Amino acid sequence: MAVSPKKVTKEGIWGNNPVFRQVLGICSALAVTNLVVNTLVMCIGLIYTQSLSSITASIFRNVTPFRLRIISSTLIIAAYVIVLHNFLMAFLPEVSAQLGPYVGLIITNCIVLGRVEAFASQNKPWLSFLDGAASGIGYSVVLLTIAVFREALGFGTIAGFPLPFEFTKWTIMVVAPGAFFMLALVVWVSRWLQADSEPVAGSAKK
Amino acid sequence: MEQLGIFVIFFASIFTSNILLTNFLGMCSYLSVSRELKTAWGLGIAVVFVMTVTSVANYFVYYYLLVPLKLEYLQYIAFIVVIAALVQLVEMIVDRVSDRLYAALGIFLPLITVNCAILGSSLFLVIRKYDLFQSLAFGLGSGIGWLTAIMALAGIRSKMARRSKVIPALEGPGIVLIVTGIIALGFIGFSGMVQIN
Repeated sequence: MAVSPKKVTKEGIWGNNPVFRQVLGICSALAVTNLVVNTLVMCIGLIYTQSLSSITASIFRNVTPFRLRIISSTLIIAAYVIVLHNFLMAFLPEVSAQLGPYVGLIITNCIVLGRVEAFASQNKPWLSFLDGAASGIGYSVVLLTIAVFREALGFGTIAGFPLPFEFTKWTIMVVAPGAFFMLALVVWVSRWLQADSEPVAGSAKK
Repeated sequence: MEQLGIFVIFFASIFTSNILLTNFLGMCSYLSVSRELKTAWGLGIAVVFVMTVTSVANYFVYYYLLVPLKLEYLQYIAFIVVIAALVQLVEMIVDRVSDRLYAALGIFLPLITVNCAILGSSLFLVIRKYDLFQSLAFGLGSGIGWLTAIMALAGIRSKMARRSKVIPALEGPGIVLIVTGIIALGFIGFSGMVQIN
């Protein structure tokens, strides 16, 4: 599979975006997006885990027995997540408490395992790293968009700073259904934009 | 933390703190396996089963193995390994015991290893400091809650596939998320009954 670094990056962020194109990693996309700061921490955590797990899995791709692939990728990811979790507990205890189990759940976040399985197990380390980072960024862009809207409408602030005008807060944006509606809107708008730019939207996977 | 009754936890984890609709866990398989009632039921039952077993098993692993050895930071790896091993074990047992059950659950069991709801429920029981019976009630309740949610969605989707026209860009995940949002709104209506955080 000959793919150029530029294409990999572009696909990860837009064309084959993990959240609205492949519909992976929805759990955390919904759960952590009611505050921008938490979302930012989560996104950085995901980019870090994804890129490093991809590169590690890719380095070991020729020595990993086929049948043990999934479990070994899971363990690689888990190792990086433990590092992340301890880092957060040490330096950002409040954020870590608010994110609760969702940091740990990066392990079973389908994006990470999906990219490691689909891409890193067949490609060179450097390219896998790029693919991991691009998917992570694509995920982050979507999450931050959702988070900005949810926090602004739900709490009247953005990243803790109050908006300059007063309005009735939309409580629904803070609770669960708001997350579903917001993600649905993002999926809708982005797929609609993609359908406009490329006539065969169904065949976005190269 | 005050001691919560087992039944409170059981019902709360089905209705008010539904693991899927309020904690958003297990979304991936929820979105992809909810096209038909039959498959949704198969996966749901498998989740109930595995979640109950793993919650209890991980309770023992955490409090009788990791805590005495002061290895709490290894909980993620330990839980994942326990879940993977248990799923394999359950698969083998089901294969031996009943062909029909294996035909119904077989293909779903491997999927479950990476279902975040399973790992999530194990992590929650550590974070919320449940004791053994509370963990059992929580695991079983969360499993049933997940089953309820996926059955509700599968029912709506199978009707929708026959009758409704959906705008192309909204087809698939878009409309499913909106439907889920509405289901979640319905479940919020239960929140006056019992409450666990």
